[in-house]
Amino acid sequence: MGEKPIRGEQKTFMTGNEAVAWAALAAGAEIMYGYPITPQNEIMQYWTRLAPKYEKRFLQTEDELSAGFTTVGGVLAGRRAFTATAGPGNVLMQEPMSMAEAMRIPTVVIVQQRGGPSTATVIYSQQEVTLTCFGGNGEGLRVVYSTSSHQELFDYTIKAFNTAWKYRFPTFVLADGYQAKMRESLVIYDPQEKGIAMVPTEAYVGKAGAPGEDRAPAHLRNTYNIEEELVEVLEESIKEYDQMAPQITEYEEFNTENADVLLIAHGIVFRSVAMAARELTAEGLKVGYFRPITLRPFPQEELRRAAAKAKRLLVVESAYGQLLKLVKENLYGMDVPIETYLRPGVGITPEEVVTRAKTILGEEE
Amino acid sequence: MEVMPKIPKSWNLETKPHKFCPGCGHGMVLKALGQAIDELGIQDRMVFGCDIGCSLLSWDFFNVDTVQTHHGRTTPVMVGVKRANPELIVVAYMGDGGGYAIGSQHLVNAATRDDKITVLLVNNTNYAMTGGQMAPTTMPGQKTETTPYGRDVSEAGYPMMGPEMVAAISHEGAYVARGSVAKFRRLKAYIKKALENQMAGRGFSFVEALSTCPTNWRTNAQQTWAFLEDQMTKQYPPGELKTPTGKEA
Amino acid sequence: MGKAVKIALAGEGGQGVQSVAMILTEAAAMEGKEILYIPNFGVEQRGGVSIAFVQIGEEKIGAPKFKTGDIVIALSDRAVRRMDMHVGPQTVFIYDTSIKGVEDDLPQNARRILAIPALETANKELHPRVFNILIMGAVIGATHVVSLDKAKEAIEKKLGYKFEKNPKLREMNFKALERGYEMVAGKGVA
Repeated sequence: MGEKPIRGEQKTFMTGNEAVAWAALAAGAEIMYGYPITPQNEIMQYWTRLAPKYEKRFLQTEDELSAGFTTVGGVLAGRRAFTATAGPGNVLMQEPMSMAEAMRIPTVVIVQQRGGPSTATVIYSQQEVTLTCFGGNGEGLRVVYSTSSHQELFDYTIKAFNTAWKYRFPTFVLADGYQAKMRESLVIYDPQEKGIAMVPTEAYVGKAGAPGEDRAPAHLRNTYNIEEELVEVLEESIKEYDQMAPQITEYEEFNTENADVLLIAHGIVFRSVAMAARELTAEGLKVGYFRPITLRPFPQEELRRAAAKAKRLLVVESAYGQLLKLVKENLYGMDVPIETYLRPGVGITPEEVVTRAKTILGEEE
Repeated sequence: MEVMPKIPKSWNLETKPHKFCPGCGHGMVLKALGQAIDELGIQDRMVFGCDIGCSLLSWDFFNVDTVQTHHGRTTPVMVGVKRANPELIVVAYMGDGGGYAIGSQHLVNAATRDDKITVLLVNNTNYAMTGGQMAPTTMPGQKTETTPYGRDVSEAGYPMMGPEMVAAISHEGAYVARGSVAKFRRLKAYIKKALENQMAGRGFSFVEALSTCPTNWRTNAQQTWAFLEDQMTKQYPPGELKTPTGKEA
Repeated sequence: MGKAVKIALAGEGGQGVQSVAMILTEAAAMEGKEILYIPNFGVEQRGGVSIAFVQIGEEKIGAPKFKTGDIVIALSDRAVRRMDMHVGPQTVFIYDTSIKGVEDDLPQNARRILAIPALETANKELHPRVFNILIMGAVIGATHVVSLDKAKEAIEKKLGYKFEKNPKLREMNFKALERGYEMVAGKGVA
């Protein structure tokens, strides 16, 4: 594998896109395929600058369909392969990721959400939650990590390769334009030095030995003749997905005991929510938060437990109800009231969250 | 002189007889490919990718590592495999719809990037798997399910000249040819040269194979052959369009 | 998450707003501070007002963007108007004296409004090219988020290769930094 890109722990100050490129390098990713789209471009730009020094490869493709399908090809050849996209590119990316889902191909995709629908803005949003969790003509058998800082972008990009290769489901790191473009400090490291073992990769095609003589040939398909054939394959995948779920779901919570308002947010908006919760708590108000880190699979039990102790919930997101949909689905049957602060395609400051939470608390009295 | 066995060694006998319709040309193209694989001795480092459309029926055709992909997307999957492991010899196998319509951007860009892969495209002038709709290669005046009065070029456009296009946009080391199942030996020679071109790392290689589809053409054996030999070869002249040496076979 | 100093810098493309933010945050990073810097990068990036949102503090920074800045600096008439929404009762608003026709557009609710002759000073006393470094000096004068020495180190890191060829440039940049600093420091804004 050549020289290690990172030795020891290094405190650095960089953009999120740069952090992703370093993380992929640290994780031992071998090839990136990509197509330019703002705000993820610098992932490719940093990767292409770093890659040749460590004998890594890159291919710029003709579109995101190709970026996704070449990534699938790279994984089939047994490489830790990844791509990155955003917005309309993420829409196209769903076709190849649907194939990855069907054939259990451990692709890794970094998504830097931008405004939608359509071309919208190149800046920021949280509007690709539904698309990333459930895109494609399937059942959403994929893993989606929603990060909120550069440290997490680094940590979870490494983790994404391991989750993907361990469980063989396509894995997404869902961030956004703010995380992509802003600069903040983080500590980068070599995972092995930190005791994080990288899950070994395995070729699906081009294995050793003569097919038909030394071994069976790989005959990989995603097309089935009859319904029963399909459902058999799907049921097996769904079973394995459900078995995996409790092992990989991640969340974070604060002050969930008897909260008058439990704030719910993910990704970068979580940071505003966390600040607001601490500020309101300091004022003597009973405000907590719950943050799903994995949006797929969703930390259902944990959210239900927290919600059961809360008087009401306040879902805060830079989308018009995509996290809300996940929350409602996972709280089905519970009668805790849900308030919202939904700002599709724009950033949310801690002050706005404080104001909204206080309004709700005021209404209650 | 060694006599080639009728059934290529690289074929998967468990899945024979194959699943194509009687009179379909796919079996011939795959036989030519199978013999080329045998002759080049590359069965254990081949990756065969097949598209959607009738080509998907070849997903278990060979004792060769095979991936069936999406409609039009076999080229990028094989590009991805080859870029990740250049030791492998990859073939992207597709129909005219997959290569010239829904996946045309991949064909164009793989050719211009000079990806060291082999694209083998079967031209039977229609979308056969879906029941015989017009394809990019449907002949002027030809009746299909979506051109019931015949392809009117002023409305529905002209036939796609695939190898001519690929020859125009590809580079020095590329190999481009159009063969026909009616001339089996020549078709096999083209496919073999295309694979050799990839093995030598010279450049992109592309072979279009004129083929038959009596099911959707609604033709008997004689009419099928006549359509292929008389009409298709006039519209789509077989031959080598580009060789790395500049010489014809 | 402690209270960080919130700085918003706005100007026309080419005025060097983003490079000021880059060097300033680099200096803060060298001092081991926590920083969050986010450029606006919409289509405005080309031919529009360019804004840098910078937060510097001792603890991890919270949200990337903020509504109200502690220091808001506007370097063009459009920037003055554009930044009004980021001004509040705790904001010190700084703009360049050379900007004309904005008398009626200046924020009404700022804690303090300060006009500084940055452009004029750069043009007459130094060189138009060091205008942005002078602005950086003003930011430091208003906030003291980094020491002038660290700022010089960061400038050296960023522009050192140019100074190699022309040592006079170094002197001029450092002078600009100090002049900018003096324009604001001690004016009771920090």
